[in-house]
Amino acid sequence: MEILVCARRVPDTSENEIQLNSAGDDIERDELVYSINEADNYAVEEALQIVARVGGNVTVATVGGEDDEEILRREMAMGANHGVMISDEAFSGSDGRGIATILKAFVQKGHYDLILTGIQAEDGGAQVGGMLAALLDYPFASLVNSIEVLEGKKLKVSREIAGGNKEMNEIDLPCVLSIQTGINEPRYVGMKGIRQVASVPIPTFSASDLGLGANAVGEAAAKVKRVDYFVPALGKGAEILRGTREENINKVLELVAAKGGLK
Amino acid sequence: MEGIQSAAQQMTSWLATGRVLFLLIHLLGVACFFYIVAMRLVPLIRGQRDFRFDQPFVRLGRVLKFWLGQWKHPRYRTAGTIHIFIFAGFIVLAMRAFSVLIVGVSQNFVMPGLSGRAGPIYDIITDYAATIVFLCMVIAVIRRLVFKPARYAVPARYGKAHTADAIFLLSLIAILMVADSLFAAAKAAAQSQPGQSVEVLAAFSLPWMLQKALVSTALPTLGMLYFGAYLVHELTFYFLLCYRPFGIQFHVETSLFNIYFAKLDREILKPVRWGVSDEHLDQVKSFGVKTFEDFTWKHMLDFYSCADCGRCSDNCPANAVGRPLSPRFITIKARDYNFQHYPVLGRVNNGTALVGSIYSEDEIWSCTTCGACEAECPLLVEYIDKIVDLRRGMVDDGNVPQSLQKPLKALESRGNPYGKMEKKKADWANAKEFQQICPVKTLGKNNGADALYFVDSITSYDDRMQAIGRATAKILNHVGENFGILGAAEKDSGHEVRRFGEETLFMALRDHNVDAIKASGVRRIVTADPHAYNALKHDYKDVPPVEHISQVIAREVKAGKIKFNPVENENSVYAYHDPCYLGRHNQIYDDPRDVLDAIPGLKRVEMTRSRDRSFCCGGGGLMLFYEPKEDERMGVKRVKMAAEAGANVMVTACPFCMVNIEDAIKVAGLEGKMTAIDLAELVDQQIARESQ
Repeated sequence: MEILVCARRVPDTSENEIQLNSAGDDIERDELVYSINEADNYAVEEALQIVARVGGNVTVATVGGEDDEEILRREMAMGANHGVMISDEAFSGSDGRGIATILKAFVQKGHYDLILTGIQAEDGGAQVGGMLAALLDYPFASLVNSIEVLEGKKLKVSREIAGGNKEMNEIDLPCVLSIQTGINEPRYVGMKGIRQVASVPIPTFSASDLGLGANAVGEAAAKVKRVDYFVPALGKGAEILRGTREENINKVLELVAAKGGLK
Repeated sequence: MEGIQSAAQQMTSWLATGRVLFLLIHLLGVACFFYIVAMRLVPLIRGQRDFRFDQPFVRLGRVLKFWLGQWKHPRYRTAGTIHIFIFAGFIVLAMRAFSVLIVGVSQNFVMPGLSGRAGPIYDIITDYAATIVFLCMVIAVIRRLVFKPARYAVPARYGKAHTADAIFLLSLIAILMVADSLFAAAKAAAQSQPGQSVEVLAAFSLPWMLQKALVSTALPTLGMLYFGAYLVHELTFYFLLCYRPFGIQFHVETSLFNIYFAKLDREILKPVRWGVSDEHLDQVKSFGVKTFEDFTWKHMLDFYSCADCGRCSDNCPANAVGRPLSPRFITIKARDYNFQHYPVLGRVNNGTALVGSIYSEDEIWSCTTCGACEAECPLLVEYIDKIVDLRRGMVDDGNVPQSLQKPLKALESRGNPYGKMEKKKADWANAKEFQQICPVKTLGKNNGADALYFVDSITSYDDRMQAIGRATAKILNHVGENFGILGAAEKDSGHEVRRFGEETLFMALRDHNVDAIKASGVRRIVTADPHAYNALKHDYKDVPPVEHISQVIAREVKAGKIKFNPVENENSVYAYHDPCYLGRHNQIYDDPRDVLDAIPGLKRVEMTRSRDRSFCCGGGGLMLFYEPKEDERMGVKRVKMAAEAGANVMVTACPFCMVNIEDAIKVAGLEGKMTAIDLAELVDQQIARESQ
């Protein structure tokens, strides 16, 4: 099975203190550390596990710039066969649809049976997977938390329904799936692995390579534009229960029941 | 004269009738033994390199101490004493066994040196030796069957009990002793028939008693006994010789070599591959131990040498709290696997990955590398290197628990496991109020110092542990040390990164820190974190000498630079908890105790498990992120030990111990009854400052 995973590099929320910049239109990016978007990492792991079972190749692609190469190398160290950089100045300022348009053009350059994205980017809006499927006219399943390969170019995928139930679906290949974190336990990528793929060439595709005109992508084509960025004011702090143990237990039960947590 | 000769000659001639048979058994026995040993050496030849051939005199000295001197045995009083007797008996009897074996083929053989007066004296000694060994076997069997020391038990998950095999082997040795004694007794009894001169046997020895019993037995019967005893002795001897390489008694043969080749510098972790420098490590395809052949030959020899005494696991804190790790079975399982994988008869089987078959992942991650097992092992079996090598293998395969992946990733990108910003590394020291009482400079181009205070991640970033950092700085300030910190330029020492098997990341952290330390131009390093201390002292190269703060304090107390106010609370009873990486790994036991004892009015008690038997608090560094499967926390066990010793203040000298012990006090429900304080904090609190 030929699998494409669309991945993205994002500021690592657990290792940064996110602050607004002085203009108030973005976060302060000077001292940030980045890593692969967590859900995308789960998608790559899932792709590797599928390939280990049924054979094939895993390609990881990202739309970005030079700095984003590090996540491709990390995923290659993890076991992905190819890393692909899709990069062009014309892409900057693209909205979700723009990114999906770029990815669609790339997908049509190759032959992929299965396209995986993370459920959402940590700094994104969970748009690209669905739009990519629609643009390609592929079937799409979101929030996927298990994948089973069936006979006859089909997959059985499940997604979690609110309340913890699971829904199983059959889906025809080729298709696009957006992957939920927790679908697997991604393997560790050590520094040694990254160093070993440090000199593997990574092909770059530009707008012209993909036959994309300037009016289709980038800022000019974006119909969704960020107008502000702010940190919400802190709400009221947590309520601290200061009674005896018995009183506190009763109070907790009361509060949980009031919120519908106990039936 | 003729009478004597005739009895002795008659015995000899009876024995001579079996000459061919005996020779045959000799040849067969020796051939089998050498074949089996050769087969046992096959995996060692296929194993990884391990450089153990240096410093022959040091190694011989250790053979004298640990092998001939049985140095570690008395740590377990009863079993150790019994073993010393058996060992001494075996040493004494070794020559006798040889000469007896030769006598079967050449009846008039006398061991060179024993033909004169020495002969009868040696005989008397061996009579007693055989008796003592026999008695020891009886005692050992009784211990196994009646007293059943807990450490011999085999938990169900590790298979069947080893009792039957142990008793079988003990019985064989007992039979050997009886046969040997009977052989001597029969001859002596024949010679002591009426009218013959009596051969002297050691009074009250086993041969002596047997001789007394046989004294009126007819000569032909004695001859048969003599012949039979010889045959039993010979068969038992060769059976034991050839059976030992299949189980725990192989240590009789291997222990000498195991101790000779034992690791000399225990503090220094094994390199990923012997003979491959750090620069060439990138060319090593696979790191660590994944299959059996990834172990070094010496580690395989360890597996053969383990005597299954269970002392390692008896002292292992992971085992004590029910984690799925027992060092004893790390060895036993590897040995059993090896025996199946390299059968004595038949072909080598296909190997499997060790983790996932004989070892579980949790088993290998459960170790805190505290070193209690290695401190105890009488045969100097090594465990930490094997655990680290197995972890290296798992890390190389991407097989790392999710709970550890985040901190490892943060160490890679931020240089600390918490993912905190580098620029906040010196925040603990930079608060205005603190800078006013104790200025701490961050070293840089125009800001040099004599000494570097290496703070490390936890003391820099953890709110509670920052107090240890500030206490340390104040002490250094008090003794007039010209010191500074690296601040944002200091990354995690990588001590646990290395011990968790992520060698490449460790090397990156180490290289960064070495460069930063060199650039700072300091001549000394001080740290209050034993893990950082151990890393800087043993894992790093070419850095200035490093001291732990307890050493600095002890020295300054002796020099009179530090004087203490008396302890205010008369009800406080202090117990010092030895951090593993200060105590066991670096033998710093006395300095912290000397400091405590220098504080006027301080009442101090010792926990039963202290010094090199200290009980790990739960582990430091990345171990704080690992979620072990366990029945109880190590720290909880430890605070209970302190309470048992009558203490209500636990003093430690390691920030990780502080995390674990303070948590454990809460979990154990001892809040208000027990407190924990770091040595540096206590010293800072008690220092008599001039202004006061």
